[in-house]
Order: sequence, then C-alpha cells, then structure tokens
Amino acid sequence: MLSDEERTRIEAEARRYPSRRAALSEALMIAQESRGWVTDEALADAARELGISAAAAESVATFYELVFRRPVGKHVILACDSVSCWIRGSEGLAGRLMRTLGVEFGGTTADGLFTLLRAGCLGLCERAPALMIDGQVYGDLSAEKLDALIEDVRGGPHGEAAHR
Amino acid sequence: MAKPLTDRMPAGGGSAALADYAASGGYLGLQAARDMGAAEVQEQVKKAGLRGRGGAGFPTAMKWAAVPPPSGAPDDGMRYLVVNADEKEPGTMKDRFLMEGDPHQLIEGLAIAAFAIGAGVAYIYLRREYTRCARELDRAIGEAVSAGFLEGLEVHLHLGAGRYLCGEETGLLNAIEGKRAVPRNKPPFPQVSGLWGRPTVVNNVESLCNLPHILREGPDWYKALSLSADGGTKIYGASSWVARPGLMELPLGTSAGEILELAGGMAEGRSLRAFLPGGASTDFIPASMLDTKMDFDSVAAAGSRLGTGTIIALDDRSCPVGMVLSLIRFFARESCGWCTPCREGIPWAKRCLEALEAGEGEMADIEILEELARKLAPGRTFCAFAPGAMEPLSSALRLFREDFVDHVKRKGCRYR
Repeated sequence: MLSDEERTRIEAEARRYPSRRAALSEALMIAQESRGWVTDEALADAARELGISAAAAESVATFYELVFRRPVGKHVILACDSVSCWIRGSEGLAGRLMRTLGVEFGGTTADGLFTLLRAGCLGLCERAPALMIDGQVYGDLSAEKLDALIEDVRGGPHGEAAHR
Repeated sequence: MAKPLTDRMPAGGGSAALADYAASGGYLGLQAARDMGAAEVQEQVKKAGLRGRGGAGFPTAMKWAAVPPPSGAPDDGMRYLVVNADEKEPGTMKDRFLMEGDPHQLIEGLAIAAFAIGAGVAYIYLRREYTRCARELDRAIGEAVSAGFLEGLEVHLHLGAGRYLCGEETGLLNAIEGKRAVPRNKPPFPQVSGLWGRPTVVNNVESLCNLPHILREGPDWYKALSLSADGGTKIYGASSWVARPGLMELPLGTSAGEILELAGGMAEGRSLRAFLPGGASTDFIPASMLDTKMDFDSVAAAGSRLGTGTIIALDDRSCPVGMVLSLIRFFARESCGWCTPCREGIPWAKRCLEALEAGEGEMADIEILEELARKLAPGRTFCAFAPGAMEPLSSALRLFREDFVDHVKRKGCRYR
C-alpha cells in the first residue's frame, strides 16, 4: 500500500500535466524512495493511482535505469564506465570495487549494504573517473580515494565534503 | 574575449544569484522580446545565426518557424516548450556546467523561446543524476516566479529516470508522457504534433542560454562573437588524458588545437593520436587535423560532426579498440530495442570488439564490424541513434585498422 504521504506527492505531480500518466516515472521513484525498490504491489498501486494498467506501468518501470524492480542494498553505487571514465581507468576501479565488496556488477553484498551497478555517462567527464552513491557524485577517483570512500559510506553518513 | 554564457558564474564555484543576474542585465532580454513581439523575436534569432547546440546543429529559428501560427480561435489550445536537459552523451558535461553555474540564464532563455512560439507551459526534462542542477533550477524557477518574470508561463521541472534515448527529441516526448522513451515517427514533427498531440518545440539547454544575449545585444553583436558563418560562442570541453580536463567558452569556430592547448595539452608522457570532436557519437578526427575549426560546417568538412563540442582525446597509450568497445558497450546497453537493426546490430558489434580485446578475435570479426558500420546507416534504422553509434566505429576502423589487425595477430591487446 502506498502511504498517504506518497499518494499526496503523486497527486501533486499529476497536477502538473494534462494527462495523469505523465507523473508515472516520478510516482515510481516516489514509491522507490522508502522501499529501496519498486515492489509488485507498489507498482500496481502507483498505476491505479494514475488510472493506468499495471502492465503499462511495468512497461515503463522496466525501461528506465533508475527504477529498480528488484531489491537493492542500502547504498546503490552507480559506477560510470563510459568513454571518458574508461580512458582514465574506470575498469581498474570497477575491479577493485568488486574485490572490495565481494560482489559482481548487478549484485548486492551479503550484508545488504551495497548494490553495485554500471552507469552510462554521469556527465562528470572533467573529473573522470567518477561514480555516484545514493545521488551524491564523486570524481577524480584513485584506488586510495575509492577505498576511503567505501569505508566512509560503510561507516555511516556520507562524508560528502571530503570527496567532492 | 566576450564570454556571455559564463561571465556571471562565480569564480569560486556556486551559482549566480537572482540579484546578481538581474543586476548584470538579466531578464532584460526577455523584456526586449516581449516588447518586440514573437515574430520579431524569431527574426532576430534567425539573423543571429543560432544553430542548435544539442548535437544536430539545426537552426533554432527554423525549428520554431515550423510551429503553426496561432489561429486566434479560443480553442486553439496549448503549445509546449520542452527543454532537453537529458545530457547523457558520453564525454559531454556542458549543459550541467551551464545549469549549475547560472540557472537563471536558462530560465530566461526558455521564457524567450516559449514567448517566440506562443507556449504557455514549459517542461525542463532534466536527467535525475544531475541533482545539483535540479536544486539550482528549482530555486531559480521559484525566484523568477516570485519576481514576476514568468507571467503567462508555467515552468515545470521533469526529472528523468535514466535512458539515453530520452535525449532523442521524440523519445523525450514519450518519456514526459509517461511512456517508454522510444522514438516516434517523423513526420509529423513535434512542432506540429508533439506533447499530447500539441505543437511542441524541443530545445537544448545551451541553445536556450544564448537567447537572452541575442535579444539584449542584438543579432549583429551575436554574429560577431563567432569565428564562423554561424553565430555565437560555444561551450567547448576536453576530457580523457588532457592535462586539465574541463569546460571553456570560446568563439564558435575556435580550432580543436587551441581548445586542447587551453586544456593544458596532453598529460605528461602522452601524445594525441586522434579525437572525438563532440561526444561519443561523432567520427574520430586524426591529430594531423588539429587545426580543424570547431564549428558545424568545418567539422563536417573534416569528416565528422561538431556534435556537443566536448572533445574526447585519444592518446598514444590508450587502445583505440578498447575505446571503441567502451563506446559500443554504452550504445548496446542504451539501445531502446524499438527497431531490429539497432537492437541486434549494436550488441553484435560489441561481441566482435570484446573478442578482439580478449585476444579471441579473427579477421572475420573486423569484416563483420565493417559490415555493421555500413549497414546501420542513416535511413536504415528508425532513428539517428544507431548511425550515431557507428560514427566512432567506422572512423576507427579506417584510422586505426592496424590496431584492429594487431589484436588478431597478437591474440590480445598490446596496450595492456
């Protein structure tokens, strides 16, 4: 069930468009906020809220990269592997991430703390290699900075300023 | 050197506040536009020679002119302006820079464009990963509304949920409507039948940021900023192994060599082999052509496209096959699946390149790559996505053929 607060927010979104369906991707992201991912139930509820079928909502949910239809960890790492990051060594960092976390891309650590995903260009090309954790970007990464960053996130609230 | 798009950005980072924006002539372009009327705005922008900065270089005024004139009837209905802020072209970060540093410039620009085409509602389609841009734009919209600058115009921020095709103008319209961002057939063009079947113009962030200056200073001033036949300055960039990756505003038509020089040249111990002039879906230009002027016509004459104007340099210590694989992996993942040649062809190219990089490639793989580059050509796929993806591949096969062959002979990559 969507919470009252979620429904209020989805309603506010829907009012910005002549067609309620236009609020769908935002509704899915709202549902994802508290659950970490979009459950079957939340998908159906969001669809009903906007007056469309669950199948139509699913067609959208499965198309977009930031809508998760499977459970994810507490922190989602989007590691950029596009050309500017690749040329500055993103593959090496990707390997290091897999070893440090003990998980493949697409997977979630056993302790449920991290999900590791590849991301298309994050638009941080002048600070390559870069990645994003929970909506926060980190650039100019080296092996040492990456290790410190992961430790930091593991340890609690992000030390944002230190890594920007 | 005039830098109208960036001279308000605070030197130490952060963004221009409304007070500073207004104090330095901000929103006077919008005022001038309203005083002269929509038809004259279109005329001024046409005279200024503004070509779209999203990648295709289509003249902005010509795009607007395809919107049917208002009939004057009470049921004439809604027109929309859509801002394409879905910057996801690999190697491209210029729109982020503009939105983070001077959000009011974009708000004023979109208000001018909306006025020019008679739009009552504008949607900014912003990629969700640009969290700082979202905060800045949200604040700027609120400030502009409070200050009374946006009378007669509703401006909404629409955050994307992530997919490269959202940057394709008709895919973007589907995305806003809450559908899969697959491309639409053209015609009808969005100017006639866009959002919810209504006349709609989709303009890129940087294109819109030019408008306040054109309207305030006039088309002659704007044309004189440029070193090319088209008007204005350009936000150029350089990434990969240059000494100082970054962004810079320079006259349109500045040479690629000057841009790379301003980025500090190549990093120590590396020399330039070739470069992609404007994002992932442009052809490589060899280092021997560094004097190529970075304007639409000159880059086209050099066999590539200006694209987004953000240079990605290939140095002598990075593998061209690996670089193309990185590009093609992105395109394979992002193909929307709508048409078969793209959905099947790009992953096939990816498999061939992976085989070459892994030392398992054969000469036949190179032939398949050449065939795919030929076959995924303009007009043979539903939209421009796959032909764009083939631009770096086909040019790499031409310029670096010996590297492809070397991967077969050596059974591996000599750069690793």
